[in-house]
Amino acid sequence: MKGLAYRLIAVAAIAVGLAFATDVFLTSANVLNVLRQASLTFLIASGLTLTILTAGLDLSVGANVGLSACFAATVMKATDSVTMGVVAGLGFGALVGVLNGLMITLLKLPPFIATYGMLWTLNGVTYWFMGGETIHGFRPGFRALGSGYGLGVPIPIYVMAAFLLVGGVFTRYTTFGQEVYAIGANREAARLSGVPVRARLTLVYILSGAMAGLAAIVYLARLNSAEADIGEPLTLPAIAAVLIGGTSLFGGVGSLTGTLIGALTLTLVVNGMNLLAVDASWQPLVTGAIVILAVWIDVITRQRAEARV
Amino acid sequence: MNKGAAYLLAILVVVFAVFGSGFATTANILNIGVQSSVLLLLALPMTLVIMTEGLDLSMGAVLSLSGVVMATMLMNEHRLPVAVGAAVGVGLAFGLANGLLVVALGLPPFVATLGTLGIAQGLALLVSGGQSVVGIGDALPALYGREPLDVPFAIWVAVAAFVILRLALSKTRLGPYVSAIGGNREALVLAGVRANVYHVGVYVLAGAMAGFAALLLTGRMSAGHPTAAIGMEFDAVAAVIVGGTTFERGKGSLWGTLVGVLTIGVLKNGLNVLEVSSSLQVASIGVLVIVALAIDSMLQALKQRRHTPARAA
Repeated sequence: MKGLAYRLIAVAAIAVGLAFATDVFLTSANVLNVLRQASLTFLIASGLTLTILTAGLDLSVGANVGLSACFAATVMKATDSVTMGVVAGLGFGALVGVLNGLMITLLKLPPFIATYGMLWTLNGVTYWFMGGETIHGFRPGFRALGSGYGLGVPIPIYVMAAFLLVGGVFTRYTTFGQEVYAIGANREAARLSGVPVRARLTLVYILSGAMAGLAAIVYLARLNSAEADIGEPLTLPAIAAVLIGGTSLFGGVGSLTGTLIGALTLTLVVNGMNLLAVDASWQPLVTGAIVILAVWIDVITRQRAEARV
Repeated sequence: MNKGAAYLLAILVVVFAVFGSGFATTANILNIGVQSSVLLLLALPMTLVIMTEGLDLSMGAVLSLSGVVMATMLMNEHRLPVAVGAAVGVGLAFGLANGLLVVALGLPPFVATLGTLGIAQGLALLVSGGQSVVGIGDALPALYGREPLDVPFAIWVAVAAFVILRLALSKTRLGPYVSAIGGNREALVLAGVRANVYHVGVYVLAGAMAGFAALLLTGRMSAGHPTAAIGMEFDAVAAVIVGGTTFERGKGSLWGTLVGVLTIGVLKNGLNVLEVSSSLQVASIGVLVIVALAIDSMLQALKQRRHTPARAA
């Protein structure tokens, strides 16, 4: 909890700094924009958080968002039904999760290798599936999910809040949540205590895939178009958000609230760079540096905790 | 080495030779060699990195960055050796950074190198302004276009790299040391070997060879492009895994990696000859890796079952 407080202070400090440095930052339009962007990053990063809590990783989330969005868009156009499109996107995302889960639990592949292979496989399939086409122009009712407002607040923020609440309760107060932490903290001990490790891990990767599918739907609604390359820039920021939020790569430590704070921090940094007219080429560089810094802090924290024991 | 990979390669060659007209020609086989040469330069050091239970995801981005740096220097009329030196230098710097992050700071390799991937990619975009760097003069295209004994320059370079690294592993202590870093580090340290130095050295080699590979990549394209080699590290990892090097126990083989690289080269080329879209070729490599790993994990399970005595009833 102390860690979260420090992280909130960091967010506040960046926000105050940006408020002084630019005139635009504190306008309500920009603040809502930041929150909307952070909501999307949170949705992608939330399932990823679960996988990292089990000492795993899902590198395929960004590519999954890309292909699920393209698939949902195609189905939506073909059937002229928003519901069918949404079901297709969510279902496809979850299916990718099933495949990841099976590779990890059945074939016993290291999660980063299995999901890394999945990343490039999905990328290839997406380009083939789209064949250079762009699908755009969806119904206003659907687009509202990404770009609409309810009581003056962007809809994605409600989606984010709902999933933060559900996910928070799920991880903190249910047996499933406790089992996720237990697997990450000590897989062997969890197995001996009767946790069905394989089934739980598979479920975690399915959830990660389904959340990528959901993020794809919201993303699609906001962009109002689907192209093969939309998922590519999403992976690194999602991982950065989880790590900045204090979820440990070594498993068993972290929270969805932390990931939200991480998503907010990262979005503020990117937004600040945009407002200060920094070349967009700096973004992967800065995100990469942040990832390294966050993991370093994670390693130091862990070493200190071990030294105390 | 993964014997399954050699069979897989043989089967692919036969299938493409039968079904793809124009596959089994001298020109096309040399073409596969040229296409595989850059990948081999990445996959050889990647083998060593993976043998240390590590991973270097930054190699593709570092190669792109080195290529852009090399092309920019050639465009500004620097001499070719200077430009190559700069490209290798960039690679060395990233390799050293990766090595220090992993060994000195103890960061998990896949995330540390994912971070440096982002940094290299950002730098490549900044150096090139996001554009292709063209107008690199005649020196590099002339060198790249040479064909001693009718074999393209790129293949000579790749073969030389393989022979040198293979000799270094078998004739010096490098081989056993690298195996031990992944397999039994404690014993290595107790034997008085500075394991950390060798461990960092493996990443430095990976970075330097990614930088050097820019010579072939830039030569082939006659230009530098900031995203030219994005994702090529995946092909390299795929080749290493298909070749039978594992993330555990420090086991690996450069011959296996050579077979892995050729399998990927043949697969891509053959699918090309059969007019399968290039995007599906990317996906096919993902499937290839999963198949190879699945075979490996099944073989492991079989082996274990054979070595475990039946339980007393």
